[in-house]
Amino acid sequence: MIRLLPWLYLAAAFAFIYLPVGALVLFSFQAGNLPVPPFNGPSTRWYADVLADDDLTGALANSLLVALGSSAVAVSLGFGAAYGLARHVLPGSALLRGLLIAPLTVSYLIVGLGLLIVLTRAGLGLSLWTAAIGHVVINLPLAFAILYASMGAQQVNAERAARDLGADEARVVLLVTVPMLMPAIAAAFFLSVTLSWDEFIIAFLLTRFDVTLPVEIWSMLRSGLSPRLNAIGSLVFLVSVTAVVILETLVFRKRRP
Amino acid sequence: MTASVTLSGLNHRFGPFHALKDIDLRIEAGEYVTLLGPSGCGKTTLLSILGGFLDPTEGAVLIGGRDMTHVPPAKRPTTTMFQDYALFPHMTLRDNVAFGLRMAGVARRVRHARAEALLGMVGLADAAGKRPHELSGGQRQRVALARALAVEPDVLLLDEPLGALDLKLRRAMQDELKAIQRQVGTTFIHVTHDQEEAMAIADRIVVMNAGRIEDEGAPVRIYREPATLFTADFMGEMNHVPATLTDAGVETPLGLLPVDGLGRGRAMVCLRPEAIGLAAGGVALGRARVRDAAFFGTHWRAHLVPVAAPELVLVAHLPPGAAPAAGQELDLGAEPHAFRVYRLEE
Repeated sequence: MIRLLPWLYLAAAFAFIYLPVGALVLFSFQAGNLPVPPFNGPSTRWYADVLADDDLTGALANSLLVALGSSAVAVSLGFGAAYGLARHVLPGSALLRGLLIAPLTVSYLIVGLGLLIVLTRAGLGLSLWTAAIGHVVINLPLAFAILYASMGAQQVNAERAARDLGADEARVVLLVTVPMLMPAIAAAFFLSVTLSWDEFIIAFLLTRFDVTLPVEIWSMLRSGLSPRLNAIGSLVFLVSVTAVVILETLVFRKRRP
Repeated sequence: MTASVTLSGLNHRFGPFHALKDIDLRIEAGEYVTLLGPSGCGKTTLLSILGGFLDPTEGAVLIGGRDMTHVPPAKRPTTTMFQDYALFPHMTLRDNVAFGLRMAGVARRVRHARAEALLGMVGLADAAGKRPHELSGGQRQRVALARALAVEPDVLLLDEPLGALDLKLRRAMQDELKAIQRQVGTTFIHVTHDQEEAMAIADRIVVMNAGRIEDEGAPVRIYREPATLFTADFMGEMNHVPATLTDAGVETPLGLLPVDGLGRGRAMVCLRPEAIGLAAGGVALGRARVRDAAFFGTHWRAHLVPVAAPELVLVAHLPPGAAPAAGQELDLGAEPHAFRVYRLEE
């Protein structure tokens, strides 16, 4: 009995984490009109319904675009900042590092409101661009922290060797630093993608006509529950899982020789 | 392919710390020189200045007669083989070795052929497609050497290159490094703290201590006739006998030694363990009691307490047939030229 307890605890913990997702996915295959028991199906009618809805598929494409674009920008900026701070002694570099990481502690609501005020004052219309700017703001500190932590002595020495062999600074970064940091760069990128992908508050505040998927889902929720929402949720979940699986296979497997 | 190196009036400071003090050194083209000294003596700082990774506070670095003092590493005719090898983990051995040629704009086929030839020279011809993590420490070492030599530097700088290897491999790599240096003719400047390694490999040893050059010369001279007490101690085990310099000669607790006077005052007489023998020939050192002895194959290493000076303990390497036993009393002697006398500061 005592030996079973840890296993029971494990099962309970996983049930706690995955039961909601499991229920969501299960009832997305519901044949009836309500995502509640009893389950009758399976049926893919709600998936067909979702994929035929131009608003939904448009929002899905918008979300992908914003996630990939803002992550690419956040990781590029984060890499530049991390490289500069890790390789050069700058006056007040501890303060600079602190200021770069501090936004991680600010709630998304505050970041979103702040950006909304600044952007409207600046006369910039709300669009996917402004949502992407918001996502760069929240993901840059994370990308910086991951990349800065992974810049160690090993790369410094390899960079020195490359310079010694005649490489200029651009080629040192391009041929040595970036390839050696690829695992960290990929980790920062995919983490940014998943965070941007299901971010709601900032996207809600900073978009108007073209919206991202979480905002679209929220507006559909107001008209009540439907297996349609489950189908969308399952698709969102699928994309997140894909990003995590890519991260696992590409990045973390390589770490273990 | 090879060039001389001249350092003149070199000083370097890290803030208040004076790391290098008035270094003047000339290294001939094609020479194999080791910079030898304890950690913190400034030998690695000197190598970094030679490689262009540090700008000296004062002084000049000439390579092949040209002033290189403020020229960056990429533009110097030097390459460095780093202590941790600093191979590029994401590249094959072929691409690692060819990296310098790629930077120089050499066509892919030419540089790959050259890289493979160099990998062949260091005995890794069939591993060109592997990556560094698949190699052992000794093999990485060879790749680092091939990569540094691929750009045909005039001067190769080696920063404790054998430090991470086990003893047996280290001895094998020493012979190999020396053979490769003879083959390519490049000037090698090799930093180490291991005096045996320095003697095994160098044409000339430069002994450094506390930022200064203590002594420089051929290994046999440095070992047998060290210029300073520090060098004498650093190059191997040494017996110390306190002495006083007088008109009559060198007075020691072991008696008056017939060594040329070097003035007056306190001094230290040094004698290598292998210079102390049982034979009556040479200078008599009097009787001594064996405290203990251990057999080392080529010799007995014995601790001896002179009867005339029981406060001293001498270490002697006695011949394998001597079989000294603890408590036994022996008559000691030494070759007259084996004594080194250093005046002590008053």
